[in-house]
Amino acid sequence: MSWFEKLMPSRIRTEASSKRAVPEGIWAKCPGCSAILYRAELERNLEVCPKCGHHNRIGARRRLDGFLDPEPREELAAELESVDPLKFKDLKKYKDRIVAAQKQTGEKEALVVMRGRVKGIDLVAAAFEFEFLGGSMGSVVGERFVRGVNAALEQGSALVCFAASGGARMQESLFSLMQMAKTSAALGRMRQRGLPFVSVMTDPTMGGVSASLSMLGDVNIAEPNALIGFAGPRVIEQTVREKLPEGFQRSEFLLEHGALDMILDRRDLRDRIADLIAILTHRPRP
Amino acid sequence: MFRAEDFDYHCALMDLNFLEFEQPIAELEAKIEELRLVGDDNEINIEEEIERLQKKSRALTESLFASLTPWQISQLARHPLRPYLLDYIKRIFDDFQELHGDRGFADDHAIVGGIARLGGRSVMVIGQQKGRDTKEKIHRNFGMPRPEGYRKALRLMELAERFRLPVLTFIDTPGAYPGVGAEERGQSEAIARNLLVMAHLRTPIVCTVIGEGGSGGALAIGVGDRLLMLQFSTYSVISPEGCASILWKSADKAQLAAEAMAITSDKLKELELIDEVIPEPLGGAHRNVDAMAASIKEALLRHLEVVRGMDIDDLLAQRYQRLMGYGKYKE
Repeated sequence: MSWFEKLMPSRIRTEASSKRAVPEGIWAKCPGCSAILYRAELERNLEVCPKCGHHNRIGARRRLDGFLDPEPREELAAELESVDPLKFKDLKKYKDRIVAAQKQTGEKEALVVMRGRVKGIDLVAAAFEFEFLGGSMGSVVGERFVRGVNAALEQGSALVCFAASGGARMQESLFSLMQMAKTSAALGRMRQRGLPFVSVMTDPTMGGVSASLSMLGDVNIAEPNALIGFAGPRVIEQTVREKLPEGFQRSEFLLEHGALDMILDRRDLRDRIADLIAILTHRPRP
Repeated sequence: MFRAEDFDYHCALMDLNFLEFEQPIAELEAKIEELRLVGDDNEINIEEEIERLQKKSRALTESLFASLTPWQISQLARHPLRPYLLDYIKRIFDDFQELHGDRGFADDHAIVGGIARLGGRSVMVIGQQKGRDTKEKIHRNFGMPRPEGYRKALRLMELAERFRLPVLTFIDTPGAYPGVGAEERGQSEAIARNLLVMAHLRTPIVCTVIGEGGSGGALAIGVGDRLLMLQFSTYSVISPEGCASILWKSADKAQLAAEAMAITSDKLKELELIDEVIPEPLGGAHRNVDAMAASIKEALLRHLEVVRGMDIDDLLAQRYQRLMGYGKYKE
């Protein structure tokens, strides 16, 4: 924040920053290399900077749109909505936070699940919407994920999940925590049936989502430079009281420490995942 | 090396370490103690007065403990004299033989596991272990397991499955350890794998929260056929302090967070997230560890009787349905 912004009354400041958060306009500045990019070109490039390869965050629906074949597609469990089982209220009511998130994202919840095809291979794909309360996992996210698993079990297909989440949703407390057990148990069924689960971790994949469904891929993939881990870096820094090593909890760090199978550029995900599933299920190259 | 097994619980109980909200009780108890000392070199019979005060202290404790706030309960769950796993193991199980190590990296002292007999029958016991004094606290890493702890637990669960031993887990942790090494060695993966394996482990599992049920680090040994909680234990997705610092932007609001998150046993029973609340002795588990252990033992035997009698495939189907039933939403 500049000295001028600091001087401004907080009201004005909020308005200004919320305006900035809305991505509009013709030009965009890359947070990686500071290059000024043509917005439309960036979009065509799946939000990856054509100059330095920096991966910007991408919404759930655009993610699935770029991943799945155009036809056929069927969204699953779209009608599910959060209730507020604890009547939770912090500085704001949980109910109001949900409504605000719905308005902001156009999504009813933080996970979108679709049945579809990738290069002709039937599968189910799920993607987290990070802009929806930090992609946090509550009852609806857990249930939608399980419905996705069930659809995959039903049609005997693979499941692919793109994670982008801060972790479990605090406002549903233990209900949220139990979604970790619920989603992991469902993935156990996929294993019993010998159906592939491909987990793609994008920036960020933390806490309860990382420590349940995301780390349970038959193949664990990450996008470059994504923050992935259990505890947040700030919490760790406060606990161990030392500076964290360079690149700590980034994709490359996790690959080096054996948590991932590979790091893939977003623009290669569709082709590579299609072929991964094809090899695992004894199909010719799609 | 310090061994928790040698720790004499009762020497610590001399000083009951009253919490802030227990101060009125503490004052009464101090008065009683004073009278006792005076009584020795005085001719007047003050026995009656002592008895009167003791009654009053008991009544006061009863009324204070009848309406504890969630924040007060979370303090009790983390009470410095709260009995830990090894205090219970001594009292509940026979012939406990501790088994160490994850076979890959290390032996995590924040998790204790081993085989034992319960009412004459073989079982596997696994749980988090906190430390009593500073030295032991560090040795046990404050009850915060690292990945090797969860992998040791996993190894023991799979061992239990091979030998058809029911698994009894005891949850008491602030959470999985947030450290550099823990992340390097895959804390997330270790927790996630336990969740998946426990959901389908072919032997009965009964989980009991005995103190602090701290988030994923607790759940990583908490998936099973029954979930029990001691009356003054807590179970939540994040600590009240952590929740307050994120949602209220201030850790001082932990009391509010404790209210909002429904972390107490009675609330969680009401929400049907747990199966049973095991009542604690008056004033909390630390006031009478033997009685507490006896209640836990009774509950474990009762639940084991049921799950043991079931066909394993039926039990697994039921466990899966329980897990799939978690969550509240509208269609």
